[in-house]
Amino acid sequence: MLEQIEGSQAVARAVAACRPEVICAYPISPQTHIVEALSRQVKSGALSPCEFVNVESEYAAMSVAIGASATGARAYTATASQGLLYMTEALYNASGLGLPIVMTVANRAIGAPINIWNDHSDSMAQRDSGWIQLYVESNQEAVDVHLQAFRLAEAVSLPVMVCMDGFILTHAVERVELPEQEQVDQFLPPFVPRQQLDPAHPLTIGAMVGPEAFTEVRYLAHYKQMQALDLIPEVAGLFEQRFGRSSGGLVRRYRSDDAETIIVALGSVLGTIEDVVDELRATGERIGAVAIRTFRPWPAAEVRAALAGAGRVIVLEKALSVGIGGIVSQNVHGALAGLPASVHTAIAGLGGRPITKASLRQLFAAARADRLGELTFVDLSHQLVDAEIQRMLSDQRSGPHAENMLRDVGVVGAGPV
Amino acid sequence: MSATRLKYFQTGSFAAGNRLVDPDQRSVQSDPRRANAITCGHRACQGCGEALGARYALDAALRASDGDLIATNATGCLEVFSTPYPESSWQVPWIHSLFGNAAAVATGVAAALKAKGNTHTRVVGQGGDGGTVDIGFACLSGMFERGDDVLYICYDNEAYMNTGVQRSAATPPAAYTTTTQAVGEQPGAPWGQGKDAALIALAHEIPYVATATIADLRDLERKVHTAMEIRGARYIHVLVTCPLGWGAASADSIKLARLAMETGIFPVWEGEHGDVVSVTKIRHRTPVEEYLKLQTRFRHLFAPVRRDDVIARIQARADRNIARFGLLEALDEDQLDEAVEVDV
Repeated sequence: MLEQIEGSQAVARAVAACRPEVICAYPISPQTHIVEALSRQVKSGALSPCEFVNVESEYAAMSVAIGASATGARAYTATASQGLLYMTEALYNASGLGLPIVMTVANRAIGAPINIWNDHSDSMAQRDSGWIQLYVESNQEAVDVHLQAFRLAEAVSLPVMVCMDGFILTHAVERVELPEQEQVDQFLPPFVPRQQLDPAHPLTIGAMVGPEAFTEVRYLAHYKQMQALDLIPEVAGLFEQRFGRSSGGLVRRYRSDDAETIIVALGSVLGTIEDVVDELRATGERIGAVAIRTFRPWPAAEVRAALAGAGRVIVLEKALSVGIGGIVSQNVHGALAGLPASVHTAIAGLGGRPITKASLRQLFAAARADRLGELTFVDLSHQLVDAEIQRMLSDQRSGPHAENMLRDVGVVGAGPV
Repeated sequence: MSATRLKYFQTGSFAAGNRLVDPDQRSVQSDPRRANAITCGHRACQGCGEALGARYALDAALRASDGDLIATNATGCLEVFSTPYPESSWQVPWIHSLFGNAAAVATGVAAALKAKGNTHTRVVGQGGDGGTVDIGFACLSGMFERGDDVLYICYDNEAYMNTGVQRSAATPPAAYTTTTQAVGEQPGAPWGQGKDAALIALAHEIPYVATATIADLRDLERKVHTAMEIRGARYIHVLVTCPLGWGAASADSIKLARLAMETGIFPVWEGEHGDVVSVTKIRHRTPVEEYLKLQTRFRHLFAPVRRDDVIARIQARADRNIARFGLLEALDEDQLDEAVEVDV
């Protein structure tokens, strides 16, 4: 059914159609609308049988999901930003135990300074947590990939994060084709847990493992993610067959086959990038884009194949690994080992700064003129940064950076200049 | 022939010996053919109070649920000594997730069972004092206030024993731990710190809260049975001795637990919906010194300089418990097992 609907509402409808049995959540912007809608579905009886647990923290949210999943229930939660970090320990535990929990991450920046707007710092910080990470570009894809996520998670018995840009997608109202319940029931088989706490067959889960087998248990986690590399395109293919739409998968190419310059990115920014690619293509420039839709497991072979013909690769990242720069670009570097392409990292959109077509045109122009360095901070205000560096150098007690710079910017409420 | 009235209390223990009572009154644990939730062969220390307390508590829960039970466990001694890979002592479905989340994992198990329409399988969460009173306290409190259908049992040995005897919020004042060393003017754990988890549990007004010790295992069993009769969030706080962390002889584990109760240091009570409804009376009031001197964690109170001031302060603390919970009211043998109303 085609509807004009907010991204969060659409995701809630998709999740509900997957018949989760336990939903637990702690509120954090911009995830709230998703779980609010689900709580209504559960309370009204529309989603039944299902338990909705209002927990006291994200750490508890993931822990409740762990207990529920280990008891054989399909478990779902959603979070963002600080919440995702607060549940870090439980994230590793869920994947380590091999529990197929599905979670929406409404991508948001991490403080300090506190910031509620979108970037990918939160999920990128959890790239080594053992979770499968799928990034969606639109609300339609968000809906579709949630359906795929449950199927995938339960097939390999690993947890899956569906990463969707906070506000940009979660709060955007647009046309979305929502799946019918019967369609979902046909696509998503009932959950058959690989392990289950059952008094009829007592099982110990979460035993202590020493050096004698720890490597082997960890290897299996890696092995299962490698299995997922094969399974993700399969599930996406099956989805396309059943629903008539292409969503999910490992990578998606956009006018990149003969491209000299290829932009690599994740999430909703692909829309803007593709608009600029179209404009530049119209002027004859050989430029294209590649969307990373699965970041963990890392589809190295597919990324290499998609970028093999390019002379220049620009990785546009909404996260920063302080002290080195790009995160996705490190992975791209690895995938391109031995190939001649130059890889440039462009850090953009941090803390919700809009990535405009003008900014992208400027970035690509710099690349075209061979003026693009290894690491670029898109739209960085050098004036603002230089002033603070100057203060820092001249005065040991120069004060907090964020507040100093806000004063320079002249933001209301930042105190007298 | 006139009947002779027998007292079954053994000298110093007050425990009725199994051989002296009718077979139907004997402890389940005295039956060599019994099934245990935690089987032998685990790696607990000799004289471990937690291993004993957990076995009795879980066995009682298992009996109360007709063997239909799922247990969650916080990280800690109990988890480590019971599941050295690839072995497990657990004869019940059991999950260990993290140090601080045993109560939340139990909530998840209970939620899953409810969603599946399973009303027969019961859920028990377990942890030591560190995993319960400190790092797991938010999850525990959340589980309480939501009224999740979980019985949570804390085995309190008053410090982080698994990591090498560091201070927890359950460590008593003046006790030596490796992070509250017996040096300086106020040796050992500081005064004016720590929390009473059982009273805080009671403040949640959940249907059932109880304290117990491994000195009275039948009382522990009874409290577990009582708790299992009730639905919703329930809490039992069991004082368990730790020969390693307390610096006590393994053979003194039960004796120390009894002294903790008889001195007033550890009040044993039951509460319902926010009120204390019964207390275990002290039979032989004992000065705290008798309890303290058996443990090297309090050694610095006796040598090289005897700290009468600190001992008096500990005595005052115990006296306050006695007054507060009414632990010394006149004992009437007929009323021994009756509930006594007290105000806290």
